Amino acid sequence: MLIDHPLLGLRDSSEFIYMGDAKLLNRPNWKSKNSKTKFIDYGYLRKNPAGVHKELWYHEQGDRSWLVVTRNTVTHEILKVELARYLKRKANAK
Amino acid sequence: MRNSSHPITNKQKLSFTFNGKKYFGYKGDTLASALIANNVKIVGRSFKYHRPRGIFSAGSEEPNALVELGDGPYKEPNTKATNIELFDGLKGSSQNFLGSVNFDLMAINDLLKNFIGAGFYYKTFMWPRRFWEKLYEPIIRRAAGLGKLSLKADPSHYDKGYLHCDFLIIGSGISGLMSALLLAETGSEVLIVEEDFILGGRLNSERLGINGKQSSIWIGQAVKKLKSLNNVRILNRTTVFAAFDHGIFAAIEKKTDHILEKSSKPRQINWKIYTKYCILASGAIERSIAFPQNDRPGIMLAGSVRTYANRFGAHYGQKIAIYTNNDDGWKTADDLKNMGLEIKAVIDTRKEIEAPSSSISSYLGQTITKTYGRKGIKAIKLSSGSKLNVDCLAVSGGWSSNIHLTCHKRGKPVWDNIYKNFLSVDNAQKDKIIPVGAARGIFEIQNIISDTNRVILSLIKKIGLSMPNRITLTSSKEQYSCSLDLVSSSNPSNSFIDLQNDVTQKDIELSFREGFKSVEHLKRYSTLGMATDQGKTSNILGLASMAKLKGTNISEVGTTIFRPPYVPVAISAFAGRSKGKDFRPTRLPPSHNVAFKRNAVFVETGNWLRAQWFPEEGETFWRQSVDREVLQTRNSVGICDVTTLGKIDIQGKDCLEFLNFVYTNAFAKLPINRVRYGLMLREDGVAYDDGTTARLGENHFIMTTTTANAALVFRNLEFVRQCLLPNLDVHLISTTDSWAQYSVAGPNSRRLLQKIVDKPKDITNANFPFMACRELTICGGVMARLFRISFSGELAYEIAVPTQYGNALFDALLSAGKEFKAVPYGTEALGVMRIEKGHAAGNEINGHTTAQNLGLSRMISKKADSIGNMLSEREGFNGSNIATMSGFQPVQRSEKLEAGSHLISAGKTPTMENDEGWLSSVAFSPTLGHYIGLGFIERGKTRIGEKVLAVNLLQNKTTEVEIVSPHFVDPEGIKQRG
Repeated sequence: MLIDHPLLGLRDSSEFIYMGDAKLLNRPNWKSKNSKTKFIDYGYLRKNPAGVHKELWYHEQGDRSWLVVTRNTVTHEILKVELARYLKRKANAK
Repeated sequence: MRNSSHPITNKQKLSFTFNGKKYFGYKGDTLASALIANNVKIVGRSFKYHRPRGIFSAGSEEPNALVELGDGPYKEPNTKATNIELFDGLKGSSQNFLGSVNFDLMAINDLLKNFIGAGFYYKTFMWPRRFWEKLYEPIIRRAAGLGKLSLKADPSHYDKGYLHCDFLIIGSGISGLMSALLLAETGSEVLIVEEDFILGGRLNSERLGINGKQSSIWIGQAVKKLKSLNNVRILNRTTVFAAFDHGIFAAIEKKTDHILEKSSKPRQINWKIYTKYCILASGAIERSIAFPQNDRPGIMLAGSVRTYANRFGAHYGQKIAIYTNNDDGWKTADDLKNMGLEIKAVIDTRKEIEAPSSSISSYLGQTITKTYGRKGIKAIKLSSGSKLNVDCLAVSGGWSSNIHLTCHKRGKPVWDNIYKNFLSVDNAQKDKIIPVGAARGIFEIQNIISDTNRVILSLIKKIGLSMPNRITLTSSKEQYSCSLDLVSSSNPSNSFIDLQNDVTQKDIELSFREGFKSVEHLKRYSTLGMATDQGKTSNILGLASMAKLKGTNISEVGTTIFRPPYVPVAISAFAGRSKGKDFRPTRLPPSHNVAFKRNAVFVETGNWLRAQWFPEEGETFWRQSVDREVLQTRNSVGICDVTTLGKIDIQGKDCLEFLNFVYTNAFAKLPINRVRYGLMLREDGVAYDDGTTARLGENHFIMTTTTANAALVFRNLEFVRQCLLPNLDVHLISTTDSWAQYSVAGPNSRRLLQKIVDKPKDITNANFPFMACRELTICGGVMARLFRISFSGELAYEIAVPTQYGNALFDALLSAGKEFKAVPYGTEALGVMRIEKGHAAGNEINGHTTAQNLGLSRMISKKADSIGNMLSEREGFNGSNIATMSGFQPVQRSEKLEAGSHLISAGKTPTMENDEGWLSSVAFSPTLGHYIGLGFIERGKTRIGEKVLAVNLLQNKTTEVEIVSPHFVDPEGIKQRG
């Protein structure tokens, strides 16, 4: 597969480490209500859909960016590639 | 036989052997064409029934002519004679026979055919179960099998390569060459890949004229033009064997397979090709017809008979019959007649056609019901009852577009009822694989020319490249129509569908009867379409047969899809250069040369090669060296290379907040020039890694990780930095390789270092206490970092210099240490001393243990959030019953301990229920003079002094041990603070 890195353009997937469901970005607040249950969900429950999925890829043999890749797991079509850092900052700004 | 007027006879004469017998061929021959020219009919035995088999096709679709090439470690089984380029000195032999290929003792299987049909293994060898592995399987494997491996390491070299292009053109037949000419004109990067050693594809097999001349003249012009362009690259002898996502293809190039002399040059190159578009000009593959005894040597595909005649001037026999269900068979008749051979008859299954040639005797609307000649066809019998004597039978069941590669990404072929052929329809859009020519289901040359122009020009227009002129070519006119008469009704047990797997029509009927009706079930039950040819010539026959049984048509039955690889690829080609020592790089620590000169014994830790111990003269047993290194370090001073520990340089305004979050313990108040030990958890609360972090400045920190986790911790820190705390001002860089770092440990370590540092006063105990760190200069101005940390429990330091000074510093430390009899020590002594001190390492922080297990629960700060903090509170990780890290020593001090032993309370039997813990690390302590161990046992802290059993069931050994504090040496930490 080729991943269209937002900074570096098309890169071979072999340069990346795959980390699965991008929900790992949404780490619960440790002081929120039922935080332990939330952490268990966060740690153990991942989506693994046959279809469009947001997933984490780490450009380890490259610029070390963590990317959020929107990919169809059936066709391997990659719909969107974003820098996780920017996504998270945007979310934090809200 | 060879047509003596064919141009190939003017080429260089080559000698080769087959099954030990010497033959001659010409340069430009394949092994198959040379065997045909020498009238060798039996080239192998069939897979299951050991029936004599001959060459069937002229390409990589070959199901029969699998031969072993070469000898000794170079021997390669299961190569297709039809793909092997003949060279002088080639050695080939048949495979899968017992005795000789002409009289195969295993041919008894043929008589047993009625008993060993499809599903035979599943039904017969079920019971008794234990017989399978020992008895049934070895016998079956020996009987039914393909070639044999040499069982020696392959001495050939292989390589990998990467190619990038805009258009990958697979195949160099007329549509491939036309596509290349058109696309090259746009200025795009074009790569043409051709499996054959000559370019031109199917044109080389035909007598077709192009522009009123022999097609070879046009091929020559086109290739010359393409070779003159610097945006075109041509790889011949190269097969694209797999299509991957996003325009990535794999191809295998045979570099030296056609050369006898073995060289240091790579034998094959495994190319990874990145392309924007793929033009699939892979042509078509002819299929057979199933009729009784259709597998005799001398029965071949009609198009292949034509190939051998036209391209190689080679043919079997003088009396040839053609059996066809389509117009193409008649072309073979024409071409052979033109060569002066006798065409006995054309038998066409179609009744309502007009015989295209009146000068050839023809039987229309008839089928072949029987053939004669076990070791080579002698005669055929027709449905009308007439018997014809023939010595070669050319069979054509029509042509199938070669769309193998379009299936690799699960493209589903669609049946085309006009040409009776599966086509790829959706791949052009989705995968940018664009079939042209015969691969697109266009079979007549005049249509191929116009259609290729149209397809490629519209593609160029769609992409928006500069438009080239269409290519004007004139050719003779062809006509192709095809029927679906693929299976006969009589004698199904002898009508072969799949020659490579010996699947007969009867097997298809059996599958149907037993309920394996879907194509996927049929394939797996009968093995139709499996093995090295993937049913390239046979799949449609099987589908037609199943359709007939189900009373439906092929488009209803559907098809299985092809998988990579298109052709078998040697495993070595996937390994490339990555074998032996080159499998992965070796990382050498900076002291390696000094250690090597001192005859150190090395150990691989990950990619690193570390000194394990440094034997001195007279030491014959490893423990002598290790004990000496430990004692000398504890008594005076020792030096150890600890460069392999991960080093991460952390800078930025928010480092403390960051460290507070990744470590469980508080870092917020770490002063400048101080070091702190830190424990990392995983998010699930399990202990992950530990190390020290030093603060060198207001916003500058150096973190160390364990050797094993260096890359992983760095990855996870980046995750925290980018994905969890993206607003912090923190920057990370791995500096593991930039700094050489040595541990200098022992009571004389300070005195030794004071000889090296430029300002000895700076490191007095008062100025530089335990857990201090600072940047300073040594040896007259070399910048260095000094950390007062101790893994051994001694007064100890770690000193780091830029890597280029590492080798020199190790030497300098040893020379300066001469007066203290300083020793270099390796990883073993390092391990012994950390066990003596009771420091956890990889055996303790092993991905199963928690901070609580390690006795470090007080390190989990509850003042701030940190990774793993929340889930470390889980019930199962806490409570009074959990196993905690303890020390263990044998009650009988002379006894040895074994790591991995289970701990059982005294008097209990060693069962899982009574299992209370385990020994994780053991060592002989030269300091204490007996074995010691670290381990985990339930409620360890409260059981000091209790005697339990260490049970090693693997060695059937039980040792009584006493639970003690894990800190065997200097538990109060007086030495390290001194």
